[in-house]
Amino acid sequence: MKKFEKTISHFVPLPIEHVDTDQIIPARFLKATTREGFGENLFRDWRYDKSGDEIESFVLNKKGVKGEILVAGKNFGCGSSREHAAWAIVDYGFKVVVSSFFADIFKNNALNNGLLVVAVDEGFLEQIFTSDSQLIIDLETQNITIKGSGESRQFSINPYKKECLLNGYDDIDYLLNNREAIEAFESK
Amino acid sequence: MKPQGKTLFDKIWDEHVVKSIDNGPDILYIDKHLIHEVTSPQAFAGLKRRGVSVFRPDKTVATADHNVPTLNQHLPIKEALSRKQVDTLTENCKTHGITLYGLGHPYQGIVHVIGPELGITQPGMTMVCGDSHTSTHGAFGSIAFGIGTSEVEMVLASQCVLQHKPKKMRITIDGELNHGVVSKDIILYIISQITAQGGTGYFVEFAGAAIRNLSMEARMTICNMSIEMGARGGLIAPDETTYAYLKGREFAPKGEELDKAIAAWSGLPSDEDAVFDKEYTFSADDIEPMITYGTNPGMGIKVSGWLPEVKDIDDASEQLSVEKSLAYMGFESGSRLLGHSVNYVFIGSCTNSRIEDLRMVAEVVKGKKKAENIKAYIVPGSKQVEAQAKAEGISDILEAAGFELRQPGCSACLAMNEDKIPAGEYCVSTSNRNFEGRQGPGSKTLLASPLTAAATAISGKIEDVRSLMER
Repeated sequence: MKKFEKTISHFVPLPIEHVDTDQIIPARFLKATTREGFGENLFRDWRYDKSGDEIESFVLNKKGVKGEILVAGKNFGCGSSREHAAWAIVDYGFKVVVSSFFADIFKNNALNNGLLVVAVDEGFLEQIFTSDSQLIIDLETQNITIKGSGESRQFSINPYKKECLLNGYDDIDYLLNNREAIEAFESK
Repeated sequence: MKPQGKTLFDKIWDEHVVKSIDNGPDILYIDKHLIHEVTSPQAFAGLKRRGVSVFRPDKTVATADHNVPTLNQHLPIKEALSRKQVDTLTENCKTHGITLYGLGHPYQGIVHVIGPELGITQPGMTMVCGDSHTSTHGAFGSIAFGIGTSEVEMVLASQCVLQHKPKKMRITIDGELNHGVVSKDIILYIISQITAQGGTGYFVEFAGAAIRNLSMEARMTICNMSIEMGARGGLIAPDETTYAYLKGREFAPKGEELDKAIAAWSGLPSDEDAVFDKEYTFSADDIEPMITYGTNPGMGIKVSGWLPEVKDIDDASEQLSVEKSLAYMGFESGSRLLGHSVNYVFIGSCTNSRIEDLRMVAEVVKGKKKAENIKAYIVPGSKQVEAQAKAEGISDILEAAGFELRQPGCSACLAMNEDKIPAGEYCVSTSNRNFEGRQGPGSKTLLASPLTAAATAISGKIEDVRSLMER
């Protein structure tokens, strides 16, 4: 896993609530047996029409809207446990997702792929949406700042996961190093 | 001082903690790991990259379900990518010595249907699968939850996952169910009350007289949809109903072993003084046949009821959310669904494809004919359910009513295979998700019970099953 670096970037606004993982990546695109290439079909049915043409009004297709940070409405990532949703977001080029509320499984999947999820209060989320500014995401200090206004918030992340992200460690290495303890548990 | 009582959830979780990381998650030992073709290939590839073998291959069981055709399963899968995924699973299982109930095997079926019916799922266990509806297995008094592919790799590599212990919620349903109301209506009602995110961060224990009186199949339907309110899982304390179901199942303990197991399981139910972080109580009497109108499972109403008036919703963002859903579904604010024309019905999925569900459908359609406009997918949850439906004459009843029983798989619940609802069409479905395009691009899903789905198939429009039952 790559180390998470401080991110300063414009953001892509998706002010929609309950964005489920079927919207992030529809089931018909889950047929691959590798982790790569899912970004192409990120938000497929919101992004392209039936004949495969871009839907102009969708935010990813708007000229000048770019960034490494996706900002979405509450309950982002609900529904299916498909990790392909996190892979698609990362593959597209996002490093951070900001929302006021994340679904549990998505949150784990994101963090397991080095994708930082930042939960902020509804009021601050609204401030972000109405700003036209870069955001500064500092994992070290657990701070998210709207660059233009200087408004900022602390966000929470589990200390263990923070370590993992900052150092690029993954859980599997950790578990493999604990095989002895696991064997001891089994023989109890 | 007497120690504080423990919940069913605490008892199982605490028994399975290998180690707690300071300020971090627990290393949780997993008793049974279920895998399928869609969320496992990248996990096996990861193991290969690390040069690691499967730690406990005897604790993982595999089947092919998400991406398989429901017709002509004896022939090679036509679609190349689907075939490759299923072949990759077969190959991975062979390499690592994992039991696979693949296509054509008499035990093949939807992973959450075969686990219980084979007696693999047992009280007190921890179980995971790369599928959010793993919560189904909680019906047996086990901790069962869905995981992502990185976590599948963790379990393959170490038989453990790193998890933070969730909070505990109890939902009690008192009283007796009304006529025509089944467990699917209970869970749709609960989600409509506490919303699609109301359970996030929690594991939910379902309790109360109305839950106690349910069969195992009905309990599975309830736990299955715990994830649809955001809860990682749901569970129900094991009791005589649980033990009677397990008796004689292939991998369940037998004879003296079973007696011993039951003695141990009997200590699992939550202690009387156990404390939950959150509690809800509902009355069974308030629950009627339910249906969803929107694009998340929390948007449910009585089949006989009216859609919400958008202007009456106080919360601005919820107002927007409902408005967007109604626009997608093509429904008018404040209107009624009853009598609305529908051309598709899907009866199946890990929520409602067990023998009891098919019996319910047969009971409604027996001696009747499906409406001309209706196209129906009736997909049993497993080869065993399929065989039993044939043995009980259910397939004959369905056929006489103009339906066909297909072969087992997840089918039109997520439309990964060719079973898709066409764009713009409504489908009354016994599955678990009504997300935009879930059953095929542009499809419009209305979630309901098998009784409501069957009644709709007969009427050709959204029907209150109670009016068919009274005739």
